[in-house]
This record gives sequence, C-alpha cells and structure tokens, in this order.
Amino acid sequence: MLRFILRRIFFEAVPTLLVLVTVTFFLIRLAPGGPFSSEMNVPPEVKAAIEAKYRMDQSLPMQYLGYLADLAQGDLGPSFKYKDFTVNELVNKAVPVSFKLGIAAFIIALIFGVCAGVAAALKQNTWIDYSVMGVAMIGVVLPNFVLAPMLALVFAVWLKILPAGGWEGGQFTFMVLPVAVLCKHYISVIARITRGSMIEVLGSQFIRTARAKGLPMHYILRRHALKPALLPVVSYLGPAFVGIITGSVVVETFFGIPGIGQLFINGALNRDYSMVLGLTILIGTLMITFNAIVDILYGFIDPRIRIK
Amino acid sequence: MNLLEVSNLNVRFQTPEGEVAAVSDLSFTLASGASIGIVGESGSGKTQTAYALMGLLAKNGRASGEVRYDGVNLLTLSEAELNRRRGAEIAMIYQDPMTSLNPYLTVGDQLTEVLQFHKAMDKRAAFAESVRMLDAVRIADANKRMGLYPHEFSGGMRQRVVIAMALLCRPKLLIADEPTTALDVTVQAQILALLQDLRREFSTSIILITHDLGVVAGVCDSVLVMYAGRVMEYGDAQSVFHDAAHPYTRGLLHALPRLDRAHADAATTGGTTGVTARLNTIPGNPPNLLELPSGCPFVPRCIDRNSACLSPPKLENFAPGRQRACHRLIDELTDLDAPLGVG
Repeated sequence: MLRFILRRIFFEAVPTLLVLVTVTFFLIRLAPGGPFSSEMNVPPEVKAAIEAKYRMDQSLPMQYLGYLADLAQGDLGPSFKYKDFTVNELVNKAVPVSFKLGIAAFIIALIFGVCAGVAAALKQNTWIDYSVMGVAMIGVVLPNFVLAPMLALVFAVWLKILPAGGWEGGQFTFMVLPVAVLCKHYISVIARITRGSMIEVLGSQFIRTARAKGLPMHYILRRHALKPALLPVVSYLGPAFVGIITGSVVVETFFGIPGIGQLFINGALNRDYSMVLGLTILIGTLMITFNAIVDILYGFIDPRIRIK
Repeated sequence: MNLLEVSNLNVRFQTPEGEVAAVSDLSFTLASGASIGIVGESGSGKTQTAYALMGLLAKNGRASGEVRYDGVNLLTLSEAELNRRRGAEIAMIYQDPMTSLNPYLTVGDQLTEVLQFHKAMDKRAAFAESVRMLDAVRIADANKRMGLYPHEFSGGMRQRVVIAMALLCRPKLLIADEPTTALDVTVQAQILALLQDLRREFSTSIILITHDLGVVAGVCDSVLVMYAGRVMEYGDAQSVFHDAAHPYTRGLLHALPRLDRAHADAATTGGTTGVTARLNTIPGNPPNLLELPSGCPFVPRCIDRNSACLSPPKLENFAPGRQRACHRLIDELTDLDAPLGVG
C-alpha cells in the first residue's frame, strides 16, 4: 500500500503537476494584457519597484524557474491584484468556504442520487422509474444560472424564508440555496449511473443464487447488490468531488460566496498570474489526490483488484 | 408419498416479438430420495423448468399449473413463504460456477448467511457448520479457505462451494442445472460422484438437468426427455436408454460418441480408420420457440415423420411407468443402433 502511494506521488502526481504548472505559466502570460495594464500611470521608479517585487524585470525563463523554486517551498507568491496579500493567504481563506459548501452538496448528492437510482432500478419501467429519470434529466440540462435565480426568487423574494445571498461564516440558512443548486447536477448524474448499474447487477447470476438461497430482497440488495452497483458511481465520485468544490463559479458568484470559484474568476479576469497558477495547482492536486483515493476505494470494494 | 408432483406446468414469456411458450404441459413426479434427469438440447425448457420450480423466473415470465412440494403448491406462495423453503428445503446448483458466486463477498460470508437466515445460527456456529460442509465436498483446508474470494478458487472448487452452499441446510430437494457442463471431464466425474455420495448421505431427491445422457445414465432413476418445452418421452432410466421409444430420444442416444462403435461406422461410411469416423448428429437445429410447427415440434428434424405428425401428438402411457408423445408405432421407428448399455 505504501509503495502504491509513493509510486503514485513520484511517478504520477509530480510529473503531472509539473506539466500543468508549465503549461499554465506560459499560457496565462500569452493572454493579451497584463496585471498592471489597468493601473494609472505611475512614476517609473514605482513601476520598477513593482516589477521587481513580481520578478517582472527578469526574463521569462528566469521568472519560471524562480516560481518553481518558490513553489517547491509551498510558496505561491504574492497576488498581482490584491497587493497586500499572498496567494497562500487568499487561498487559505477561500478553501474552507468552498470545502464546506462542496462537502455538504457532495454528501447530499451521494445519498439522494444513490437512493433515487436504486429506487428507479428496483421499480424499473414503472411510474417511479420514469419520474426519477425525468427529474434527473431536467437536473442535467437545467443550468445553474437559471436554477439559482429561480430558487432565490421563490424562497428569498416571495416566501422570504431564506436569504438570497451572502455567506455569514457558513450559517445554515445561508447554505441551503447554494447547496441545493450545487448538488442538483450531481444528484442527477449519480442517480442515472446508479440506476443503470443496479439494473445490470440485479440481472446477474449471483443475485439469482442469492435469491435461490431464500434470502429476503432487502438483504440481497444491501449485502449482495449494492457494492458492485456502486463501483461505477465510485469512479465518478473522484472527478465529481473536485468539480463540486472548485466548479461552483456560478453558484459562488450568484450568491456572493467568498470561495475558490470567485477567486478563480477574478484571478483570470485581472490577469492575476500567481492566483491563476496557484489555483490551477490546487485543483490539479485535488484531482490527482481524489483519483488516487478512488483507486484505493475500488480495491476495497472489488477484491479482484485489491492492491497488495 | 411423492415429494414433488408437477402437473401441467406451463412457462410463458412476454417478449417484444410475442409470447414464447418455454415449457408446455410438463408433468412428472419425484419420490423422496429419488432422482430424475431432465434431458434436452439448448432451448428445450430445462432451465426454465428449474427456475419455475424455484420461483426465479425472469420478470417477463409467468408459470401456471401446479408444483406440489410436500403438498403445497409452490406457484401460489408469497415471496416470504417461498424464501422459507428456498435454500432450506429446496436448493439449486447452477451451470456456471464462474458467475453464480458473488465475486465481492468471501466464500465464508456466502455460506454462513444461509445458515444464519434459515437455521438462526450465530456467526460462530454457522462458520463451523460451513467448514464441515466444505470438508464434506472435499475442499482441503476449508478453515483457511473460508476467508477467500471466489476468484481465488478454481472452477471445480467453485462448483464444490456452490454444492456445499446448496447442501448446508440438508435440503429435501436439490435441483442441479447442468452442474458439470462448465467443468473439465475429470472434475465432472468427481462432482457427479460427490452428488451421488451426498444423495445417499442426506437422502436428498435430485432433479438433474443436463444435455449429457451419460451423466443421466450414471445418476438418475428416471428420465424426462424435453424438446421445445414439451415432454417427448418419460420413463425409468433403464428402459429409456435400453429401448428408447421416441425418434428424438433415439437420435440423442445415437449422437453419443462411442469408442466401441467407431469401427463399425467407419466400415459403413467407406472404410476410413475408426478414429476419424464422424460423430452422429440429429440433422437441423433446435426450433425457434416463436415459430413452432403446428403439429409435433420435432417434425422438421424427424427421420420417421409422416402425414399424421402434422397434428400435435399426445403424451400417452404405452407401458407401465412409461410415456411418450409420438404418432408412429414403436415398431415403425428407425432402429439407429443397438441400445446403449447403462453405465
């Protein structure tokens, strides 16, 4: 297990991240405009001081090497836009917000998605199945930027029972609407995956064996069918978890939540080079980590691919 | 007293192409401790008969008629009442040991759960009893192997596990659906010997479903020959094999490869050496159940057919304890070869 993890880190994670950093570093600098192009005219000595602080006075390769050296020590550099803060400070403030929102949405999506999918599979081709799949289809196609204002209109403006936006340190009432919008897509996808694989598993020979043993259906479902049926769901969970934490740009923007999504959008718009790079590395690391976790989970579920 | 009385069992499937009659008017009886072989080609309804008895038909399938087990009609039982008998009194062994065990659970888990449900044993007692049963089906190191997963067993060992699982509660009726088809010939013989031993030991009645007549001859008291979901011939194994009364049964027996016959056949087919003589076959293919002929279903492939065969034959007694469904007189049928000795 330890060897697996070490191999994962040194032969897969590190090279992948290096490529990611390199490509992002040069791509963002290729984009027209720069972090200071909207600044007012400043005296040359001030400009020189600013450029020195951000290594803008050096050649591009030197900037790159300098960045890598800082990165190796965990330093993501100063933000180009919020000049009194480092990227580390800003990210450290945003990450807990996005995680809290994302984990809540993720857990809800997992529980409701799996339950809805199992129910649809058990009642295949009945009205239960059709309504679950119908709602799931709507969930997949309905964009967040439509659902978010709709929910805000109903619950905040008309019913006046929930706030229309804000975070307030993540109080429950402030989380309800963002979480609802955020988990909608994932509930739908998980429900569809679960239904499909559960139908397949229930038709397999070993389920027939279990029934021939006289075991009650609820037990067969829990003990014999759930694990294999969840394998495809588990493999979706890695990317889904990262996506749900980092991809909530619309939700965070609409509800005014100070999370990673907002930082990312502002960073890109302001050509905040170090911010974009820092967040890219963060997301890349999360992606690699969660895919590795999924691989390990896979082994726990399926004894045939267990890592020795 | 018969343990099992099946009368007029019909199995129908609703498919997009129309209704399929997988089993039609099947009747037979099975005494306590006796064994019956159900024989036929693929698609003859053997396996669906087994599933109908166990209440395991696919969702689009329906069984009608009567399956009296110990005086109770299994077909009218609720799922819960059926579950009390399935696995405890009636158990089943499947064709493919590779897919019939759950790959995600240890063999031990899959064995002990049967005892925990049916005999209300605690974990430890169930474990001990399961180990004993694995010993009985001759799995070495049973104690250690309880914690292994099915993929860590060979095909023959998996089938032993399936058999052990079926026998855990000492069932009165064991349905074995082609228990040896997926196995090597040497392993086949071991498994059959095992079934015989266990039958003696636990006085279990056995329904053996197979397309292998040799297996039936070795294990069964009586034989039911099926074709296109219908009974063609039914009787005690000795007389059916010695003196088959239906063209289909005769064709099946004739199709058995026999070393002692190779030379004679070679002589009649042009003098090649015995080793290279061709195997005999029944010409044609098993019928499409959606497009059965209106008369006897075997007509297109029957060498003894005549105009009478265009109307459906009835299954009739023609000798004590023997039935057949054929319009032709027994004396008129082609004698394909000398009767096969029962092994």
